[in-house]
Parts: sequence; structure tokens; C-alpha cells
Amino acid sequence: MFSALMLNAWGSASIVAIVAGVVGFFIVLRGSAFAAHALPNGAFAGAAGASLIGVDAIVGLAVFSVLGALTIAGLGRRARHDVATALVIVVMLGLGSLFLSMTTEYAPEIYSLLFGEVLGVSSSELAPIAVIGVVCIAAVFLVYRPLLLSSVMPEVAEARGVGRGRMEVVFLLVVALTTTMAVPVVGALLIFSLLISPAAAARSFTDRPFTAMGLSVVIALGTVWSAIALAYLSNLPIGFFVGSIGAGTYAAGRGWAGWKRNRAASPRVGAAGRSPAPAQSS
Amino acid sequence: MQGRAATGSDEILAVDGISVTLSGREILRDVTFHINAGEFTGLIGSNGAGKTTLLRVILGLISPSAGTVRVEGGLRRQPLIGYVPQRITLDPDMPLRARDLVGLGIDGQRFGLPLPSSTRRKQVDEMLEAVDATRFAESRVGNLSGGEQQRILIAHALISRPRLLLLDEPLANLDIGSEQEVVDLLARIAREQRIAVLISTHDMNPLLPVMDRIVYIANGRIATGTTAEVVSSESLTRLYGVHVDVIHVHDRILVVAGRREEALQHGDTESIVELM
Amino acid sequence: MPGFLSPLIEPGFFSNLPVQTALVVGGVVAVVSGIVGTFTVMRGQSFAGHSLADIGTAGGSAAFVLGISPLFGFVAMNLMAAGVMEWIGIRRPRGRDLATGIVLGAALGLAALFLYLDTTASSTTGATVNVLFGSIFTLPASMVPFIAIFSVVAAAIVLVMYRPLVLTSISADLAIAQGIRVRLVGIGYLVALALAVSLSAVTIGAILSTALLIGPAATALRITNRTGRAAVIAAGIGVIATWLGVLLAYDSYYWFPNGGGWPVSFFVVTLIFLVYLLSQLRFRGRSAAQRRSTAAQAG
Repeated sequence: MFSALMLNAWGSASIVAIVAGVVGFFIVLRGSAFAAHALPNGAFAGAAGASLIGVDAIVGLAVFSVLGALTIAGLGRRARHDVATALVIVVMLGLGSLFLSMTTEYAPEIYSLLFGEVLGVSSSELAPIAVIGVVCIAAVFLVYRPLLLSSVMPEVAEARGVGRGRMEVVFLLVVALTTTMAVPVVGALLIFSLLISPAAAARSFTDRPFTAMGLSVVIALGTVWSAIALAYLSNLPIGFFVGSIGAGTYAAGRGWAGWKRNRAASPRVGAAGRSPAPAQSS
Repeated sequence: MQGRAATGSDEILAVDGISVTLSGREILRDVTFHINAGEFTGLIGSNGAGKTTLLRVILGLISPSAGTVRVEGGLRRQPLIGYVPQRITLDPDMPLRARDLVGLGIDGQRFGLPLPSSTRRKQVDEMLEAVDATRFAESRVGNLSGGEQQRILIAHALISRPRLLLLDEPLANLDIGSEQEVVDLLARIAREQRIAVLISTHDMNPLLPVMDRIVYIANGRIATGTTAEVVSSESLTRLYGVHVDVIHVHDRILVVAGRREEALQHGDTESIVELM
Repeated sequence: MPGFLSPLIEPGFFSNLPVQTALVVGGVVAVVSGIVGTFTVMRGQSFAGHSLADIGTAGGSAAFVLGISPLFGFVAMNLMAAGVMEWIGIRRPRGRDLATGIVLGAALGLAALFLYLDTTASSTTGATVNVLFGSIFTLPASMVPFIAIFSVVAAAIVLVMYRPLVLTSISADLAIAQGIRVRLVGIGYLVALALAVSLSAVTIGAILSTALLIGPAATALRITNRTGRAAVIAAGIGVIATWLGVLLAYDSYYWFPNGGGWPVSFFVVTLIFLVYLLSQLRFRGRSAAQRRSTAAQAG
């Protein structure tokens, strides 16, 4: 399992997990689950197109996911946010299917782009993935506080000069970059799971933002490491394990939160509505 | 300020001994009052006092932990009650015209495809006329202003000819002029159609000219009767459990909290006067 | 056939059996999707519709492995998922989207597994393509009756519950006050949605079925103020897009003799998107203008 061949897999997957944990924290905070689903699917078209014209898939991924991010940010202000994003996703996927239909490797190519091919990551691809990963993390830490404020209290942020629209664009671009580096490893359909599940689970365990982000990274790493190991041992696709472990950690988080809530809700004594002196209006 | 005498003796709403406990907190305790047909009743209380909870119990949206609610002496049959919620958030994209929403008040609960009918259309037109909403009848419900939406919701509630009309804070989003219009409209409807109207609000002053009865809610308990009986220093002091002064200024009522010393005893640093 | 149309329609279009099947099936499914989709957009549940499509993928791909038609796999999986969604309930939308998203991830993981098993176990290729991008041209004639039945059921649910559905979409409180069983209506709607999504998944693919569900509906909402008309317009747009898509896909076999034709789903989706874009630009001022006019009258 730890042979030289597998080192690339471990390495790339770990980088992806760290970035996904960090970015996913904000995705969950901002409730951008749908957009996080959209960009990878859009990037799929880019990768397909790139493979059609013989360019490196990463280039296609990058171009299309950045375009997708800008489109969503632009359309979203005019039309209903969910309808706009959904249609953009689908057109991208349609384009992707078109491009792939024109290549000779239709079926296997589709499968690996959608569900990931972590074992197929070569040493030469490891470097760009790592670089983009570092850029993503650096970007997040750079705008950490304004992004946090804008995500939680957008009006207050506006008053302080942090434009909501601008933050949205910046954030979506970061997600686009995350997509670019992650899709070759875990696939367009499942990067979403890696972005959402660890962050959502982390939220159930702690209230503090920075801790939650760190916990999200830890859970994401745990998820991909287990997935790789299990995939290696069972010869089943890694995507299957990423999806199921993701759901499992989320369920565990919910269970924990529920258990904590039940323990805390001990019967309150004499809390009959004693209002303060009628200082309020009648 | 005295309301009109009750116009009929047939009882429409009987609330007896209602208590409600939610999430371990007792919101309402032993609430009892009765309303007759054609009576205009104000449910007065500050925000968070329990007005909305009480309305929802009457509607059957919340189960009380004790007590009963009877409408017209029998089982509570929903179409008997018209309900105007405080505000509905509506998307401008929603494909529904104001007149469509009013029409749904007639038969929104029926299965099957609606067949166009001229009688129905006439009914809707008349109701729109009655609430002065004809000019925006064709607009999307999501594009209506607060006051316009209010009128449409009232029309929606009234078109099914209910015996009891419940309104949750209908005046909260309106300017003073519209406030008076809505109150006059409701009073006229109550009188003409012998509908019992129950309005919840935190400010009783706009209702003073037309209220037959007050249900004043504080601390989860109520005091009920005519305005003169309930809104008095003795009565409200009893209800709140601290000293309360009721002051009449021109034709408005001021409810003032606590004497200075009492306020200090209870740990407040000042007593706040609220112009009602 | 009028002379000017013949360049558009390559020879043998109307006599080709798969094409005929595609036109009929595609048309019916488009109508159902348009009607159900109108309410989906009204209720702001586009994400649920999209999720069901992806969740259904696990069912569709499982069906492939089991050797039965993917339609049944989609329907079974979607009905189960709809039931779970109903059970979880309509709580804070953010929490609900999150939970749905995670279930989505698990389902896609399952789909990955089944599709992989299919490619290694059986000799039939293209399960992935079939499930994800549809098989409107390769539908066996035996499936047509089932498609018809599911379509009729889905449409019937929506049409029978029409008025309560509209009212519950506006305000649950208003609906309950009028005696509507909101829970029942919600369940009925989710069943119709599950069926509609399964049907379009089989025709233009799980991944693209969302377009047929919400694209025409979102367009129709821009065009008209009235619920009934919106549903009809949505159905119409869907049908035209689907038929044109079938036509263009067929033609593309002739236009690109070496390539072997472009996928139907691509055409359908692109057409829907173009119509949507056009409606946004053409009718963009409409809602704003209406607001200005009512404000002017009220002011």
C-alpha cells in the first residue's frame, strides 16, 4: 500500500483533503452547497474539452471552473440563485458530454473525470496540484477575517467596506481553484462530498470557527486516507468510500450534537414567563 | 374611547383554560375568554407576550397542554375561521396574481382542477372591490407593497364567509394613514357581516374607537373585559404583578411601568414610558 | 413536407423507429417535467429536484448491474429518497440543503460502485453514459408503456392537488387555516417529483434532467403571471426543446459523418438554456416595471 506508486496517490489526496477541509468550512458557513456542486460539474466540461483538443486536463478544469464561478456570481444577482446555478451546471455537463463523445475514450474518460482516478495521478501532476493547493490555502488565510464577517453578518461587513458581491466573487474563485486541483484526484461528482461532509461534521463538534476549520481538515484527511486504504484493499472505486465515509462522519456529528443537546436539556425549574417590569410597550 | 355594546349574544369563540408550554417554558397559563358574533376584540400585548401563540392555538396549529377551544359551540372546523397572518414572504417570481390568491380563499382546499366559473369571478371581483384592491388585482403577489398585501390577505380570509376572523399584527407594517383605513374596514365588516374579529397588536390606540372587548395579555395570563375595565391602573397592576399607571392623554392611553422605588427594587435602573 | 424544411430534416427522420420512440417518449416526459417543474421552482425546491436526480443515479446504476431497466432503479431509489426527505422535514433551509447534499454524496459514491461493477462484470459497455446522459434513442419499446404510466401518475397527482399545492407553496399557515393537510400535499408533490425526475433521467440522463425540470419552468415564470399558464408554457417549451434536440441529434449523424453524431441531451439542454437566457433578457424589465407601476398607483 505504501509503495512508490502509491505515494503519489497519498500525496495528492492529502493535499486535496487539506484544501477541501479549509474551503469546505466556508462553503458550509455560507450555505453555498449548491454552488459547490455546480463548479466541479462545470469544470468537467473543461476537462473534457481539454482532452479533446489534446491539452492538459488541468488547464481545461481551471478555465471552465473560473468561468463558471464568474458566471454564477454574475447571473446570481439577476435571476433566482438556485435556478441560475442549476442551469449553468447542466449546460456545462452537456458540453462535457459533447466533447467526450467526440473522443475515442468516451466511457472510461467520463468515469474517471466524474468519479476520480486518484491512483492515476502521476508524479508530474503532483506538482501543479500542490502549487494550486498552496495558492488556495494562502488565499483563504489572506481574506479569512473579511470573508468570515461577510459570511456571517453581510450587512455589518458592507458597512465596514467589505462588499458582499466582491467577497462572493473572491470566494467562488477560490472554490474554482479548489475544483481544478481536486477533480483529477477525487472526481467532479465526489469533490462535492469532500467539501461538504467534513466541514458539516466539524460544525457539530465545535462552535469556534478556527477550530471548526481545523477539525474539518482533520476529518477530510481521515476520510481520504481511509478511502485510499479501503480502495486499495478491496479493489473497489475510491469514490464509493469517499461518499460513504463522508456521510458517516456527518451522521456521527449529528448524533453527537443530538446527544449533547439531550444531556443539556435537563428540566428547567420555575421558568414560567416572568416578564421584567413592563418596561416594554404594553 | 368606550367601545360599542356587543351586537349579539351568539357566542362564536370559547377559549377555556388554555395553557401552553413550549420547550420547557410556560407561555400561556389558564387563558379564558369568549367572543360573540359581530364583536371587535383586540388581543393586546407586547412582543413576545404570547399573542401569536394564542392565535395559533385557536387555529389548531399548536396543541395546548390544557384547556379547550370551541368555535361556534361545536368542533373547530377550519373553514369557519379566516386567518390573516402577519406577513408572508413572497417571491416576485411566483406566478400568482392578487386576484388568484383571493380566489384561493374560496376553494384553495379542494382537490381537482379548477373550472372557470363566472360566479366565482364575480365573487372575487366583489371582494376585491370591498377591500379596495381592484387596481392591483392583476399584479403578482410578490410585487405588492405591505399594505396591498395586507388587503389581499384580508380579502382571501373573508371571501369564504368565515364566522371568525383572526389577524396577527395587521397594523405592524403600515403607515398611520393605512392603519386607520384597515381598522375602519375591519370594523365595518364586523358590523355588516356579523363576523367576530380578533386582532392581535402591541399598540391598542388605533383600535380604541372600535373595540368592543379587550383581551390583554402579559406574563402568560390575560385580563379580559371592556377597555375601561381592563386598561386601568388596578387591573394592569394585578396582571403584571408590579405597579402600573394608566394615563389618558387626549384620546390616547399611556401605560407606564412602575414607580421609581419599585423599579429600583426590581433591579431596573429606569422605568421606561411607552407611548401607546 | 414543405420544401423549405427539408434541408433541416435529414432523410428517414420520421420513419426511423428509435426516432419515433424518442419523439413520443421525449414529448411526454417533457410535458410532465414542465408541469412538475413549475411547482418545483415556485416552492424553491430546485435543489431537491437536482439532488433526486443524482441520488437516483445510484438506483439507476444498480438496476444496470441487476440487469433490469434503469427506469425502475431510478423510480425505486427516488421514491425512497423522497420519503426520507419528507421525513427529515422542512426545517431551516440551510440545514436541509446540507443534509441533502451529504446524502447526495453517499448516493454518488454508491453509483460509482455500481457503475464500476457493471463495467467489470458484464460485457455491456456504456452503463455510465446511459445512466448519466440518457438513452432516449436506445429505449426498448417495452419500456414505453411504463414511461406512459409513470408520466400519467405524476401529472395526475399535480393536477388533482392543484389548488392545495399552490396554496401550500405560498404559505403553510394559510393552507392549514383553510383545512389543507399540508403534510399530505407535500408527500404527494415529492412523489410526483420523484417520478418526473426518474423519467427525465432515463431520457436525457440523470445529470442533465434538472434542465428539463427547472429550465422551462423558470422561463415560463418570467413570461406569465398566472400559475396555470406557467405550467402550460413550461410544458410547451420542454416539448419543443426535446423535439428539436432529437431532430438536431439525428441530423448531426449526417452532418458529421466521421464523428457519429452529437448527443441528444446536449442539444436539449443547450436549447433550454438559450430560451431561458432569452427570457431573462427580454422580460428582465417586466417585474421591475410592474413594481414601479403599482407603486405609482399606490403612492
